[in-house]
Amino acid sequence: MQPLYIIILGSLIASCCALLGCFLLLRKMTMLGDAIAHAVLPGIVISYIVSGERDHTAMLIGATVAGLLTTFSIEFLSKKIKLQQDAATGVMFTGFFAIGVILISLFANKIDLDQDCVLYGEIGYLGLYNDAFIPIEIWRMLIILGLIITFIVLGYRQLLMTTFDLAFASSVGIMGALWQYLLMGFVSLTTVASFESVGSILVVSFLIIPPAAAYLITHSLQRMLIYACLIGIIGAISGYYLAVFLDSAIAAAMSVACGVELILIFIYVKLWKERVLSKAVY
Amino acid sequence: MTYIDFLLQNIHHVYIGIILICTASAIVGCFTFLRKRALLGDTIAHASLPGVCIGFIISGTKHPVYITLGAFSTGLLSAYLVDYIVNKSKLKSDVALGIVLSIGFSVGILLLTSIQHSNNAAQSGLDGFIFGKVASLLQSDVMIMAGIAIAVIVITILFMKEFVLISFDPSFAKSIGLPYEKIEFLLTAITVLTIVIGIQTIGVVLMAALLITPSAIARFWTDRLSKMIFIAIVASIFCGIMGAYLSSQIPNLPTGPSIVMFLSIVALLSFVFSPNKGIVYKYLLKAKNNQKILEENILKTIYQLGEANKRFDAYFTKKDILEKKIFQNFQLNKGLKQLKNKGYLIQSDESWKLSKEGKIKGQRITRLHRLWEIYLTQFLHLSPDHVHDDAETIEHLITPEIEDKLTELLGYPKVDPHQMEIPYKD
Amino acid sequence: MIQQHTEAPILEVHDLTVSYNKKPVLWGIDFTIPKGVMVGIIGPNGAGKSTLIKTIMGLIPISSGFVKIFEEAIDKVRLRVSYVPQRESVDWDFPTNAIDIVLMGRYHKIGLFKSPRKADIDAAMEALEQVKMTEFAQRQISQLSGGQQQRVFLARAIAQDADIYFMDEPFAGVDAATEQTIIELLQKMVQKGKTVIVVHHDLQSVKKYFDWLLLLNMHLVASGPTKNVFTDELLQKTYGGKLSLLSKVGDLLKQHEFPHRE
Repeated sequence: MQPLYIIILGSLIASCCALLGCFLLLRKMTMLGDAIAHAVLPGIVISYIVSGERDHTAMLIGATVAGLLTTFSIEFLSKKIKLQQDAATGVMFTGFFAIGVILISLFANKIDLDQDCVLYGEIGYLGLYNDAFIPIEIWRMLIILGLIITFIVLGYRQLLMTTFDLAFASSVGIMGALWQYLLMGFVSLTTVASFESVGSILVVSFLIIPPAAAYLITHSLQRMLIYACLIGIIGAISGYYLAVFLDSAIAAAMSVACGVELILIFIYVKLWKERVLSKAVY
Repeated sequence: MTYIDFLLQNIHHVYIGIILICTASAIVGCFTFLRKRALLGDTIAHASLPGVCIGFIISGTKHPVYITLGAFSTGLLSAYLVDYIVNKSKLKSDVALGIVLSIGFSVGILLLTSIQHSNNAAQSGLDGFIFGKVASLLQSDVMIMAGIAIAVIVITILFMKEFVLISFDPSFAKSIGLPYEKIEFLLTAITVLTIVIGIQTIGVVLMAALLITPSAIARFWTDRLSKMIFIAIVASIFCGIMGAYLSSQIPNLPTGPSIVMFLSIVALLSFVFSPNKGIVYKYLLKAKNNQKILEENILKTIYQLGEANKRFDAYFTKKDILEKKIFQNFQLNKGLKQLKNKGYLIQSDESWKLSKEGKIKGQRITRLHRLWEIYLTQFLHLSPDHVHDDAETIEHLITPEIEDKLTELLGYPKVDPHQMEIPYKD
Repeated sequence: MIQQHTEAPILEVHDLTVSYNKKPVLWGIDFTIPKGVMVGIIGPNGAGKSTLIKTIMGLIPISSGFVKIFEEAIDKVRLRVSYVPQRESVDWDFPTNAIDIVLMGRYHKIGLFKSPRKADIDAAMEALEQVKMTEFAQRQISQLSGGQQQRVFLARAIAQDADIYFMDEPFAGVDAATEQTIIELLQKMVQKGKTVIVVHHDLQSVKKYFDWLLLLNMHLVASGPTKNVFTDELLQKTYGGKLSLLSKVGDLLKQHEFPHRE
């Protein structure tokens, strides 16, 4: 059963990240997603140390707070202190991540997290130490996916309008900042929930790559959301077998599989487009 | 043990390596900062990990030449891939950076874990590239790193003018016939080189900090490029040495994150305390402005009381002042006391009058207020009932130089829009 | 100066100062606009024309003064006000089609957490028909020409069915046919009693298009009916460069981080 669980969990995480990543991409905030995925680390570690065990509620809260804090401090640095946005992002997330790594190293005997786990997670051990029929991680991700889908379905028009044309959205009275922080809150929540299983690499890859690939092949936001999920899920499945084949980290293999999909789609779009263009000329 | 003793006793190849890397990355970082490409450094660093692994797989050893060559090739490739994606598709630059970063790094981890599981004895320590591995640096590693760092520093000094030009004004650089592509390639190449030697100390994940944070710190202390580079180098070396020292003293403390932590602390301190841009400075400026506004308003009010009574040597009570203009009570008390101490007011019991200097100042503020009101009505065509509030602010701000221009422009008017006389200097 | 105030104005801007980074970009703007006129906002680059309408829409904070539309604060009357941003302000590679953009204009009529009904889609199609874009309803927006994109923006505004319209350079970078379509539509709207306020660049067409003008260059040079305001003397004042003293004082405010009001 274990390979199936790993694939299911990978697909769930892929779907969560891909859905949110579409909005990050369209808002040109991809690197903010990357920054949050790194910056939640101290939040996770501190709640770990404080609660003394893997208390998931504490971790979710601690890390979501850390994620929102990152968003807020980057905004504060760039708007109030006038540090250019890219530098503000770089300074903030490296600082947060460094503190997280340091805490992990210093409290290594108190918490069973290590540097490798931070990067590529423990998805390989999924369900091994647990008697439950379906591992708790899968239930947790399922709930979060449900929350994200509810959020996107209910707030679709607000998300669409604030993403496409913030000035117009504000002019009809939609609160841009509210939707911005809701979105970032969900990004933090997803990052944290998936962190232990897949580590920061795969979270970042799933946030960025499937949406980018979907963006290249469709002109409809709804289809982009669906395609991104599919691309993420295919990446999760093929990545698992790639990892078995290469005997390597599962999270990294899933991420590489998504990358291969993106490259194939990129080539397809180039060739197809050029053919259409040459037809149009002659 | 004092800090100097610590320096003398531990001058060691590791520290020489760190000093050189910090210097090179601070210089190169200033240019990536100015070109608003701070996050490109992050991408290159992550994307040089597969190169490290490929170098190892091809050569079968961890010899620094192969590792460095491998890292350099994939690092450089990644920089060009980002440009390629932006130019050849509708994806924007932030997404392109993210794509290259995450695919590059994942391929690196894939190869790395695959090598680790292959039970090759030579591989141990390769994962040091992820978070850095200062302690295990060999003298031969440091020699190569030092050589590259010195080359980077020399190239930057030689091509300083060209780098500055293409960073500040690319179109101008092209228009004067500079070989733009070649210079940009050189700058990218030395950036990649710096990152490649940096990842051995600080690791690929946090290398971006060594590029971005020192320049961000320096930007808060100066507006001039030469000073900025100098400050970035000093901050970078300081944090590098402190971080390395601390991690050598505390077991389990990894060097890379420790250096980054020091950089972040210095950055935070700079954001808070730097002159002209820091939070504290802005707060003090605000307090100073409020102080100035309060004092000048009190002097102006007493002057205008004197004007109304046609006697500038008369004493006025707090009640008189408050009838003319609204002040908060504690503010008024504070202001009166300070003005008395500064010699602008003379107190007798519970009433005050202007000293000679106080009268000059009160008169000046009144004059500026009325002149600005005239300016707004004549040049901005505001109606006379709309100009008072604006003048209430601007009167505190006008410099003697602007005052001269203003009076000349208005032709030494006698009265303001409300027919109040304009008090010129006696 | 020439500044004509009106009885029962539909829009009142009172002593408005707006700052960017503490530096005022609009000083003491004061005017009123009557109902049912076509208004042009004219002035050189950097005069604060876009800033003025964004501030009126409540998108930029006010340093001092106030704005009233239908004698109310903007937040109370958003349903009756429509805003058309500059075409370049959005990313036209966005994965969506023309009709989805127009449906954004029906935001309030669709209601919170609901999807568009047939009535909304009909209204959106009707709006597209008015701008002669029916056949492009399903077209992805990046495949539209600049003029067509501007028409989609106009259709979105029509779908809002507002009483007062603010448009930021609707004629910038559009073809002559689009400009003609747009101006005819706007004039029809004005005949129905709506008020249309347009940021405009091309002095040639000012007399033809607008009943009422605001001449702006960081301060209001003049406001009133076109025939009174569109004079060589006032244009000279508007386009004759910035007031150097005003800029200097603005720089001082920024440099000292001075509060614009005590």
